[in-house]
Amino acid sequence: MKASKRTSISDNRYIDRDNREGVKGWLNPFKYSWERVSYWLQRLTGVFLLVYFIGHVFETSSLAVGEDAWNAMLQLTQTIWGHLFLILVIGTSTFHSANGIRLIFTENANGLGKAGRPDYPYNPLSLNYRQKSGIWVALILAAIAMLYGTRVLFGAE
Amino acid sequence: MNGLIQRIGIIKKKGIQKNKWRKNSEIIRNKILVKVLRANRIRGDSVHYDTFDIPVQRWSTVLDALLYAKSYLDSSIGIRYSCRMASCGSCGMKINGIPRLACYTKISELEGNTIVCEPLSNFPHIRDLVTDFTQFFEHHKDMKPYIQNENALTSDIKLSEYKQLPEDVDKYLQFSYCIKCGLCYSACPSVGTDTKFPGPQALAQAYRYFADSRDTATKERLDTVDNRHGIWRCHFAGSCSVVCPKGVDPALGIQLLKRHLMSNSKNQKRIAELQDRSKS
Amino acid sequence: MMLRESQIMKVHYVTAIAALFVVSVHIIMRVIMPFTMSLTYENVVANYHNIPYAILLELILVLIAIHGFNGLRIILLEYRQGKTWDGIVNIFSIIAMMAVITYGTRTIIVANGLGFG
Repeated sequence: MKASKRTSISDNRYIDRDNREGVKGWLNPFKYSWERVSYWLQRLTGVFLLVYFIGHVFETSSLAVGEDAWNAMLQLTQTIWGHLFLILVIGTSTFHSANGIRLIFTENANGLGKAGRPDYPYNPLSLNYRQKSGIWVALILAAIAMLYGTRVLFGAE
Repeated sequence: MNGLIQRIGIIKKKGIQKNKWRKNSEIIRNKILVKVLRANRIRGDSVHYDTFDIPVQRWSTVLDALLYAKSYLDSSIGIRYSCRMASCGSCGMKINGIPRLACYTKISELEGNTIVCEPLSNFPHIRDLVTDFTQFFEHHKDMKPYIQNENALTSDIKLSEYKQLPEDVDKYLQFSYCIKCGLCYSACPSVGTDTKFPGPQALAQAYRYFADSRDTATKERLDTVDNRHGIWRCHFAGSCSVVCPKGVDPALGIQLLKRHLMSNSKNQKRIAELQDRSKS
Repeated sequence: MMLRESQIMKVHYVTAIAALFVVSVHIIMRVIMPFTMSLTYENVVANYHNIPYAILLELILVLIAIHGFNGLRIILLEYRQGKTWDGIVNIFSIIAMMAVITYGTRTIIVANGLGFG
């Protein structure tokens, strides 16, 4: 934490950024719960997939140039590293989709339980195993998809 | 010498679920090292840590340890506390990196021989363990945290009666237990970067009043949270509910309010109001 | 016309679910025959000549572009605040979305117009 200048809260109550965790807060999911891990992974996989999507649209545009351009593109991408990258894409897209479906349900308050009268030890109802298991299912599905992808991509050679 | 005497396993009581922060074993020590972040931000001091060697007993809390340090070792430690029983929310701080109430955290439930006490993140830092709650309270005020009822008979307050069934109370009761300690605000990843995001406490209170059958300001409350930096910047990371000491479960309140915003509520009155709103 | 954030999020969820279906079909098309064979120029162009498949590809393009760039918009809005920044992020997202859709649609149209002769 750096020492900071004194800022008056009344000047502009929305711009005081002292002591905020910043992006570091996004990047450290392991000290809380599985839902924080899922938030972190969903964000990471989303950005990765967006970058892949833009690259994929650009890569497939070589089809419009002609057969030689298309084959040149294939030379570049159908390599060991290309296949490994594609397996990563398969895994991330499977996790992002499965976890995304879980989030569509949970952000609609489905599977979170009903509000009631909390009692000691005050375990939060919303962080129950019913919706938490969705994260684990998403991770397992991603692993299975990656295994299948490995079989398809490396088995074809 | 680490002061560790023994690790005692607690017999798990029937019916009480395991809580992440309530470990099934205690670590009994007779002393502990407490590392406290020291800095006077108003003077522009740079941050450093002071370490205190403190004798403790089986039931000592982190607050007990800090007050011992303040009383006998260094009276200049800046710290907020009041009720000592998790009722006022004053003693919120980061203990070993997690936002917790110092009075509600026993030394025996913490691992390691050194406890690190730091001020809550996402709050402007004033001095040592003290932070500025102004912005936090401003976000809370933005939610208009009071009953608004246009049918209330304000001319004669004695004739104005709110009737509410126990089932109606259950819909919002847990969210009314909030003590405004700020732990959820500190734990939230969205608050860490988004200065305009109200935070889990304010949004949970928005739901508390929205769900209250005595309140009729549905449209205004939904409009307040439905903006670029409002409720939709919550992504159900759940950290707010993990750290909440009173079982408020702000994550649940926020998702329930999102459901109403998406017009998926079974509540007919709310549906009618939402339909009205979508026409405007 | 500015959409409310709840309306934008509805679009985000709908595009997610719809994209899941169309992308699954797209992936299945690649595995119904040996993978390397499915990527030959002739087979790929044959896919583009199939009008329903071309429409599917266009749908994927539109749905994923909207979902992806809206997600990026959300991340950027959370990263930094201010009227100018919010405006830049919103405009950039829309432009980027349209640019990718236009570029991809061009590929689909040109590929669809190609023959073997």
